[in-house]
Amino acid sequence: MMKSVFLRNAKNYLMTGLMLTATLAVLIPLGLIFFHIMKMGMSSVNLDFFTQIPKPTGETGGGMANGMLGSLMMIAMASLIGLPVGIFGAIYLAEFGGSKVSTAIRFAADVLSGTPSIITGMVAYTLLVVPMKGFSALAGSVALAMIMIPIVLRTTEEQLKLVPGSLREASLALGVPMWRTTLKVTLRSALSGVMTGVLLAIARVAGETAPLLFTALGNQFWGKDLTQPMAALPLQIFSFAIAPYEDWHRLAWAGALVLVVVMFGLSLTARYFGRTRTGE
Amino acid sequence: MPATQTTAPPGPADKRISGDLIFRLVTTVFAFSILIILALMLAEMTSESLPAIRQFGRKFLTSSEWDAVQGNFGALPYLYGSVISSVLALALATPLSIGAAIFITEICPKKVGTWIAPLVELLAAIPSVIYGLWGVLVMAPWLQSTVQPFLIEHFGFLPFFQGAPYGVSMLAAVFILMIMVVPIITSITREVLLTVPLSQKEAAIALGATHWETIRMAVLPYGRSGILGAAILGLGRAVGETMAVTMVIGNSPQISLSLMSPAYTMPSVIANEFAEATSKLHSAALMEIGLILLLVTLVINALARLLIWSVTRSAGGGAA
Amino acid sequence: MFALRKSILTVAVLAALALAGNASAETLINGAGATFPYPLYSKWFAEYAKIDKSVKFNYQSIGSGGGIKQITAQTVDFGASDKFLSDEELKAAPGKLLHLPTVMGAVVVTYNVPGVGKGLKLSPETLAQIYEGKITSWSDPKLMHDNAGLKLPNKPIIVVHRSDGSGTTSIFTDYLTAVSPEWAKKVGKGTSVKWPVGLGGKGNEGVAGQIKTTPYTIGYVELAYAFENKLPYASLKNSAGSFVEPSIASTTAAARGAAKSMPADFRISLVNQPGKDAYPIVGFTWLLVYQDQKDKAKGKKLVDFLKWELHQGQKMADKLLYAPLPANVAKMVEKTVLSIR
Repeated sequence: MMKSVFLRNAKNYLMTGLMLTATLAVLIPLGLIFFHIMKMGMSSVNLDFFTQIPKPTGETGGGMANGMLGSLMMIAMASLIGLPVGIFGAIYLAEFGGSKVSTAIRFAADVLSGTPSIITGMVAYTLLVVPMKGFSALAGSVALAMIMIPIVLRTTEEQLKLVPGSLREASLALGVPMWRTTLKVTLRSALSGVMTGVLLAIARVAGETAPLLFTALGNQFWGKDLTQPMAALPLQIFSFAIAPYEDWHRLAWAGALVLVVVMFGLSLTARYFGRTRTGE
Repeated sequence: MPATQTTAPPGPADKRISGDLIFRLVTTVFAFSILIILALMLAEMTSESLPAIRQFGRKFLTSSEWDAVQGNFGALPYLYGSVISSVLALALATPLSIGAAIFITEICPKKVGTWIAPLVELLAAIPSVIYGLWGVLVMAPWLQSTVQPFLIEHFGFLPFFQGAPYGVSMLAAVFILMIMVVPIITSITREVLLTVPLSQKEAAIALGATHWETIRMAVLPYGRSGILGAAILGLGRAVGETMAVTMVIGNSPQISLSLMSPAYTMPSVIANEFAEATSKLHSAALMEIGLILLLVTLVINALARLLIWSVTRSAGGGAA
Repeated sequence: MFALRKSILTVAVLAALALAGNASAETLINGAGATFPYPLYSKWFAEYAKIDKSVKFNYQSIGSGGGIKQITAQTVDFGASDKFLSDEELKAAPGKLLHLPTVMGAVVVTYNVPGVGKGLKLSPETLAQIYEGKITSWSDPKLMHDNAGLKLPNKPIIVVHRSDGSGTTSIFTDYLTAVSPEWAKKVGKGTSVKWPVGLGGKGNEGVAGQIKTTPYTIGYVELAYAFENKLPYASLKNSAGSFVEPSIASTTAAARGAAKSMPADFRISLVNQPGKDAYPIVGFTWLLVYQDQKDKAKGKKLVDFLKWELHQGQKMADKLLYAPLPANVAKMVEKTVLSIR
């Protein structure tokens, strides 16, 4: 510390300034994206967007109602598959697992949640679409579920670990069997935290496009049948964005706005659940 | 934080055991499903790519021929595109993210920090197709009309900035990837920095260190491996990113030094060609690209997790 | 917790019911393939949904390569392609696959050059050399020679091609192969080829989108895509030596000669046809349908639609810039349609 105080202070200010610049450089492009989605989306979204299906090419108007319904149905189906697996798997890790096996599973889950989602789509295509002889919403849901499972598993486990051991012991001492203790005491007291994880997982898959390319495929009509191709909002945004029609660009922006609003809604709700938990 | 270890010996009653047994069985199966999914992915991708592996062997990685007419497939342009786009994006994103994370946690007023941090996390949740939409309709035209002509005119003597301003290009992919990984690296770095014990900082401050010196001497060394892990995790995300890159990179399998020219990445070629590869060999070649992508991201993620775990774990352990 | 489980159970039961009840009144017939005729097909399927309310045709434009692959893998009920299948590809299919021409279309060379509106003229050699990467500037003497009246800027040419397996590419490269021996030797023809230069767009939509947003580009799309997006298209020098603009008339002119020598399976190329008025890059687009339908009910609906398409549907073609089938060809196709069981 032989340097002059002046130099050290100057350096301090310089670095502070640089870090402020970095923060701005991070926030500005993101702000721009947000601004464009708001501006283009707000001017494009209307009632038709929520009630109509896309018009044949070249005709103006129409909406993405079928895509929104399709996304909802596939997310529901994916949750149906993914949530039980994730939550019960987490119970194993938190309550039963030997440390080595648990670490391996935990690690695999973390690694799995980082694999590109398009790979999930490829695997679902070879495992489901080809043998079932048809693109289907079901295959899309399975691909989405594969993305959800590791996320739900890890967040749920974290939450279960926060539940004090004394709670479990009290219940067990009363003669309540382990499984009921886990479901009625441990899981329940961690419920709001678990919900956070579930909502985050749903938010993640709601915007996934790549795994649906080779599974759900898309549908320009209303799709009500899970064994058939189905429209999805992100898929529609993708194909409309790269098309040359101005009107389709308009719909894509509107779709982006809706998706972002849903996403932020889910994240904020998740945050709310998370907060009540830590507030306890 | 309470200790988590619970050992619950099953009770003596028979009914209880059978209920517990089923419960235990179900949870075990579901927990192991993670390993099963991972194994299934690897097995399926490997077996589907066998025709290409047999046909081309090691040449698959070194050949830049991608010719569906002749049935010749080499993945080099895609490997090149993936490596360059994600490494450059990371090189730009990492310093920015670390700077921003330090600013949020250490420098700016606490109130502002608690306001920015969740905002950045929200942005990490925006789906990639939306980044792509913005990239192709807003950013690429801007690059073509403003940024690329400027670079070509003033830095055209460098091989990196030669060629025509295409708009959609390697440069566009690098930019969009940078924008996408910044929130991830920032929020993980922030989490890592939060685990730095207060005593470390107080010690430095007590020695009369300035704010920056405290950060450099007490905070950064402590979180170093965690920050590295965050950056590598960002790399994993960039390598696997599909939709946004497909929309802005120009989809042309060429190896060019110039950032102005269009390129191609591994996930993009899968997204574009997988549903329509007519010959067995073509599908197998795409599967092999998928397999490479899977292995690369597995290694990257494993590395990143180990680094991040090493920090957050020991910090948690130390606190308890 | 039990409430949660109960609700999960309810949803599961509902989902199972939805799965079981899928064979309800409405039939969904899935198709995928060529983007080339997509504007027309989307119109047809939207119109037909009004006529026969019990059936919906879902068509996803994923490219001709995709159409061939998916019908071969039987993941769709019909495929669509603007490239006919080779003998080997036909052999790979698990049943007898029929080619049913629906309309003819022209592949146009479209461009976006600020300051140059309509009226670009291209000779086959120039076009081939642009796509080979040999002509790189809009002010190249060869381009100037054919376009004395236009003010071509000294700017690099940005070549755009398809990134996906495409029948449009197949027709386009078929043409280049026919007119340029060097192209034939170095690149060849197919749904996806090894492009010497340029950037790729996904689908006819993607190429048109790329050209529309990027100045100094050149690319090839189906006529309807250029027209709908108000993109200019070049006149091409045909085999008779005259520059011809793409239009329904010049497309029909190209088919005139070929219609006489139509093979029974309709697998025929229409590029570079003789005739003073014939536009040189023209092709049929086909639906790919199995002669033996596994699901007879679906098969019948499909035949009903095909019959409608050959009569009422044809009348919608020219409004969307596709050339309807010549009458004698349409008759032949109808005979084949009736053989579907």
